[in-house]
Amino acid sequence: MQHVRRRLIVTTAGFGGLLLAALVGAPLLGSTSISLSRVFERSIPFADNSDAQIFFVARLPRVLAAALVGGSLAMAGTVFQALLRNPLATPDTLGVSSGAALGAMLAIAFHFDFAIAGFSSVSLSSLLGSLGALAIVYMLSTARRRGLSTTVLLLAGVTMTAFFSALILFVQYLTNFADTFRTVRWLMGMLDVGSYTPLIGALPLIAIAFGLVATLPRPLDLISLGADAAAARGVDVQRAERLALVSASLATGAAVSISGPIAFVGLVVPHIVRLIVGSDHRLVLPASALLGASFLIGCDLIARTMFAPIELPVGIVTAIIGGPFFLWLLVRRT
Amino acid sequence: MLRATDVSFAYRDGSPRVIDGVSIAIERGDLVGLLGPNGSGKTTMLKLIGGMLRPNQGSVEFEGRQLANWPRRDVARRIAYVPQETRAPFDFSVLEIVLMGRFPHLGPFALEGPEDLAVAKRALEATATSAFTSRLFHTLSGGEKQRVVIASALAQNPELLLLDEPTASLDVGHQLEVQQLLTRLNRDANVAMVLSTHDLNFAASLCRRLVLIRDGRVLASGPTEQVLTPAAVRALYDVNADVHMHAGAGHLTVTPISRA
Repeated sequence: MQHVRRRLIVTTAGFGGLLLAALVGAPLLGSTSISLSRVFERSIPFADNSDAQIFFVARLPRVLAAALVGGSLAMAGTVFQALLRNPLATPDTLGVSSGAALGAMLAIAFHFDFAIAGFSSVSLSSLLGSLGALAIVYMLSTARRRGLSTTVLLLAGVTMTAFFSALILFVQYLTNFADTFRTVRWLMGMLDVGSYTPLIGALPLIAIAFGLVATLPRPLDLISLGADAAAARGVDVQRAERLALVSASLATGAAVSISGPIAFVGLVVPHIVRLIVGSDHRLVLPASALLGASFLIGCDLIARTMFAPIELPVGIVTAIIGGPFFLWLLVRRT
Repeated sequence: MLRATDVSFAYRDGSPRVIDGVSIAIERGDLVGLLGPNGSGKTTMLKLIGGMLRPNQGSVEFEGRQLANWPRRDVARRIAYVPQETRAPFDFSVLEIVLMGRFPHLGPFALEGPEDLAVAKRALEATATSAFTSRLFHTLSGGEKQRVVIASALAQNPELLLLDEPTASLDVGHQLEVQQLLTRLNRDANVAMVLSTHDLNFAASLCRRLVLIRDGRVLASGPTEQVLTPAAVRALYDVNADVHMHAGAGHLTVTPISRA
């Protein structure tokens, strides 16, 4: 076996390079083709450089949004799969995105109008919704003194998702036609953020989440083999489980507040990564975050160019790619 | 080395005690078997000894210090635990599983170095699992998995090894292998062991001392030859049994005859 340190460097460099290429390449493509050399041409003032304006103002915020959302969801999916010892877990499994969706629905339906520092009421409400769902999950997990029961958590997540979905339908039923259209569009998942502001709002939360997760790869390896085995190897299981739960949910909530729910990234990406780098979470976690970012940038590129000038919601593209992959995965595992 | 004094434990407040006033002393290099019927509290007692559960009453002391006050990492450098069954939901290789035993010896962000790899290799050799090093853990048979998990526990460099039903799902051949492995480890590496088992003959062939537990209480404890009697088997399992020394095997054997 190659040394872990070397594998880590190779993995990070490889997936990091892929992300860098996506970050630079994706904004060049679109309805108007622009050239990279003109974008960074110093002799033309920014106000006259239409290529640079398209790159930095029109397209880069959206590409960065895809990177942040994709990276967060893939990281959260990896963490939940290890925490719940279930390769089919996703960032949605515990109901966090449903909570976020409910928040956004309420903001749209009741025309909340409290944009703070440039953040729309919809993304603020969805963030509050996901934090509310996280609070419920956290209380459920601490109600039992001797650590989390994965079965209880999974069932609680399914129940919360169903419960929030019913409330979402209820809110939709009450709204008028135009608002219903907006809510449906939000639920499809869109990355047209319009400016850097929503990203700057979500960034601190995502940074905190990644900072917490950085302490967890080895404990997650051990927890995936069972709580008792992990405790016997020196893991403070209860603390690690709570940290994992909070950080993955926080990243999910922040991501959903940017884009709305986007399916399958958090499920599919960790599995692709495990096929390439193995199961050691010290490799899987960074690789998932990097590949998740690149994957969503790619999906969004398809979403905005395939049927141009029509832009598809990116959630539809990830589901169309992710659905068949998921089925293949199910067949392969059994 | 380890002293459990008057330990009581219930999984919830108000629920019946699973362990009720048990005292056990384990010396360096000891080889102790916990015997008892299903639900008697053997596994719970092992977890209390390993500090994975904290007693509601009484104390567990390791080298004179309360185990409950030790950070988990410090405990894991001295006491290792092999659960009855280990499942890996992801494709970990055997070497990766064994290297996880190095966790308590590494800093939070440290990666395994050549020294850790050497420890893992020795653990693989000691358990005769070197041939599987790069195989995926979940493709191994039950007996092979058990030996790999024991190797992972050995990689912790423990002074005390706790094993929960180490032969529960193994055939006779693999049972014999595990028995010989544990005897060798105890003798050569001077690792003290406490194991729980249902298999009286396995316990008789391996353990120097036995602790008989029923309903969370100790019925008897002492050297295997003195403790393992027909009367003890009846008190423990409500079974009439024939106990005699097997000349060929060189240890006591128990043959259940009828329900008492």
